[in-house]
Amino acid sequence: MTDIPFHQAGATDAVAPPRRDIGIKRRYRAERRFRLYGLIAIGIGIFFLAALLFTVIRGGYTAFWQTSINLAVSFDPDVIDADGKRDSDPNVLATANYPLLARNALATKLGIDVDAEGNRAELRLLSGMISQGVRTQLRDMVLADPSIIGTTQNVWVLAAADVDSAHKGQIDLAVPESRRKVKDTQLGWMKTLTADGTMVERFNRGLFTFGASSRPETAGMGVALIGSLYMMLIVLVLALPIGVAASIYLEEFAPKNRWTDLIEVNINNLAAVPSIVFGLLGLAVFVNFAGLPRSASLVGGLVLTLMTLPTIIIATRAALKAVPPSIRSGALGIGASRMQTVFHHVLPLAAPGILTGTIIGLAQALGETAPLLLIGMVAFVADYPATPLDPATALPVQIYMWANEAERAFVERTSGAIIILLLFLAAMNLAAILLRRRFERRW
Amino acid sequence: MSVSWVLAIILVIGVVAFMVARLRAARLEPQAGVKQHSLPGYHGSYALILAIFPAVVFFGIWKAASPVYIDSAVWRSLPEQVRSASDVNRSLTMGTIYTIGDGMRRLTPAELDQVRSGQADLKALFASRGVALASSGEPYMIPAAENYRSMSDSSSLWSAVGAILLSLAGAWLGLSGITLRRRARNNVERVMLWGLIAASTVAILTTVGIVLSMLFQTLTFFQSVPLSNFFFGTVWDPRFAAAGSGGATGQFGLIPLLAGTLYIALVAMLFAVPVGLFAAIYMSEYASRKVRSVVKPVLEVLAGIPTIVYGIFALVTVGPLLRDISAALSGGQPFIMAQSVLTAGLVMGIMLIPFVSSLSDDIISSVPRSLHDGSLGLGATRSETVRNVILPAALPGIVGALLLTASRAIGETMIVVLAAGVAARLTFNPGEAMTTITVKIVNQLTGDLEFTSPQTLVAFALGITLFVITLGMNVLALYIVRKYREQYE
Repeated sequence: MTDIPFHQAGATDAVAPPRRDIGIKRRYRAERRFRLYGLIAIGIGIFFLAALLFTVIRGGYTAFWQTSINLAVSFDPDVIDADGKRDSDPNVLATANYPLLARNALATKLGIDVDAEGNRAELRLLSGMISQGVRTQLRDMVLADPSIIGTTQNVWVLAAADVDSAHKGQIDLAVPESRRKVKDTQLGWMKTLTADGTMVERFNRGLFTFGASSRPETAGMGVALIGSLYMMLIVLVLALPIGVAASIYLEEFAPKNRWTDLIEVNINNLAAVPSIVFGLLGLAVFVNFAGLPRSASLVGGLVLTLMTLPTIIIATRAALKAVPPSIRSGALGIGASRMQTVFHHVLPLAAPGILTGTIIGLAQALGETAPLLLIGMVAFVADYPATPLDPATALPVQIYMWANEAERAFVERTSGAIIILLLFLAAMNLAAILLRRRFERRW
Repeated sequence: MSVSWVLAIILVIGVVAFMVARLRAARLEPQAGVKQHSLPGYHGSYALILAIFPAVVFFGIWKAASPVYIDSAVWRSLPEQVRSASDVNRSLTMGTIYTIGDGMRRLTPAELDQVRSGQADLKALFASRGVALASSGEPYMIPAAENYRSMSDSSSLWSAVGAILLSLAGAWLGLSGITLRRRARNNVERVMLWGLIAASTVAILTTVGIVLSMLFQTLTFFQSVPLSNFFFGTVWDPRFAAAGSGGATGQFGLIPLLAGTLYIALVAMLFAVPVGLFAAIYMSEYASRKVRSVVKPVLEVLAGIPTIVYGIFALVTVGPLLRDISAALSGGQPFIMAQSVLTAGLVMGIMLIPFVSSLSDDIISSVPRSLHDGSLGLGATRSETVRNVILPAALPGIVGALLLTASRAIGETMIVVLAAGVAARLTFNPGEAMTTITVKIVNQLTGDLEFTSPQTLVAFALGITLFVITLGMNVLALYIVRKYREQYE
């Protein structure tokens, strides 16, 4: 054995080599930068979401209140039925000058003499305070109960749209009077009425019940809500069974061949076809070829069904795939037929997933606008559709139509309608999430 | 008998057959050594199917075919000179005959005699019964109308009788053969299977419907406008020709629309792709589980907002904002219009962020974990891992995802309808308004439609162009995504 010399002569002490510059600082800087880009990207997304929601809510929450005036309207027989022919001629009550009643009531309230000479201009301004919707409102009261003629009733009437905007502070009062829609006299009256509690903002029920109108204060989404409801029902009744049946076939029974491959590729493509193309299909096939009426919720429902089908099929297939094969083997093993296996065992276990997919598909269909424009649902519909074959509009289409109106008060209603639409969508999506949380099983 | 009554009767027969058959099957005498093949419910369902299905099919075919047959029979019964008169008047003549025929149901026998003898003023008489007659009606129309009326009456009677008899026969067939060994379940399941197959072909039928419907209208369109004018024309000016002015139809150049579509989509992608991709990378690499569980759903809310809302956001908020900013920057004259490529592109980009990020997220997380861990283990930083390992591995998938996003941008309608403008022009300035294919489809098809004028039909030519473009991108994207998935599975 030889000793290995511990210390060789002339050898220096070991020194750690100088650190090689592997650019660690630079790399860490790059790392931080990269990370920052990611944060910025997420920030941009969240910022725009917040900006969008903020502008919609700021512009729209006022639409849920509408300025109303509490008037003691005296149903003066001399105005309604000057000739006393109402018993013989039913048209008298339907065509009477009801706005005059409301104007007179307002004049009395403000202490203006209606019969005095020379205040025609003032009286016209007075009429301008009250919505023209008062005509149908008072007429319906009289037609429902003719005995109120001659009495005095307390009635809440809607203020005109410009007065409403002024009351909500949406009109710039610095503009010279001649270029303003609300005159100084009217502003004075508004102050008086507001001070004694006659003019107040009340919850805007009309927004949910009125049909289309060219006057903002009497325009509502009643027809659109019913049209959308019809369409959602049609989509649910058609798309859910067809979608589930198609998925069951493709997932559980279909042999692997060209034909089923074709169907699969087809469904994936249909999910990505622009929605407006479905509108063209609906126009050409359902309206032009089959002769269904334009603007009907039935056609809209059929078009939306075709659009929603791929979504439902894809979700249903995923849900069926998630059911473990042991369930199928178990059912087959105790003698169930394949059909029984699927319908008695697999389908119930996949139901929560199917329902979630269906709700999400319905939410998509509810927000869809473009195809409905093509099949003529941009229509001025004032009456409730009694059946799905009657002309109707839909929630998003109503928003589109209001967005094209020029008046200030429609801007507010557009945002208000968007809030309602978003609330519906939020409720549906929330339901889907809760369903998933509550019932989803993981194997 | 009305259609709904016939269907209701058939349904009742079916339900009764179901209950009787189930009861009979349940009460079958047991025999030694022979087991009952199907549960009673299946016997019931089989009887139900036999009672309802053939009858409804028969009824539907009859109802679809009989108007065609009656129409041609009535037409053949008309005098020779009427038939030879003009082809265009055919529908007018037949319409009048049908109205007279239906209107005759409301007349009293005395009035009917008057009509038959030709003494009555048809128009006035029918108007008093609430039937509007377009023309006063010719004498030869009255026997034809009576002919039509009797034929349609007997057609509806015989179809109802036939359908109900068929239903009864089906029910009898279902009820008569109930034995222990009858294979009712197999029969029912075979019908169910055919039902499932039929449902799965709806998707195919939809595609076929889209292609055929647009193809027919497009071919009609190209009969009046040459192909080259459409595909290579640089002027879009579909002047609505005044009625009867004939030839003056305007110009239908696709190029300005296509350019606008692609330009806006490009702007949207330039905004959405970096933001969406970085968001997805941050979410999968850096974000803690907690952050992820909050931020991911929040971004997905963007995907759930309807496009009309984005359109209004662009119209009311973003457009005026960009205009004001640009006016302030240039000191007076705005260089970005309120409706412009930039406005539409930016808002569409916001809409696309969640698509890019969730698609990329899926693809990034499908890269095997081992690649990721291996890279970190060798000392790479996270950003280096993402840039040099994960992105290259995920590249084909991301390209596919971007193609899908681009096809969505091209097919998007409501944002561009509200924010891009309607002027079809060719420009490179993103501050100006351009228009897109989808905007023009909407413009051409809202309002009065005439399925013979090129102004309406051009929308279908635009539609099929859009369909072909997006279909091509989708097929390519799905192919790439599929191909890529197979690599790691």
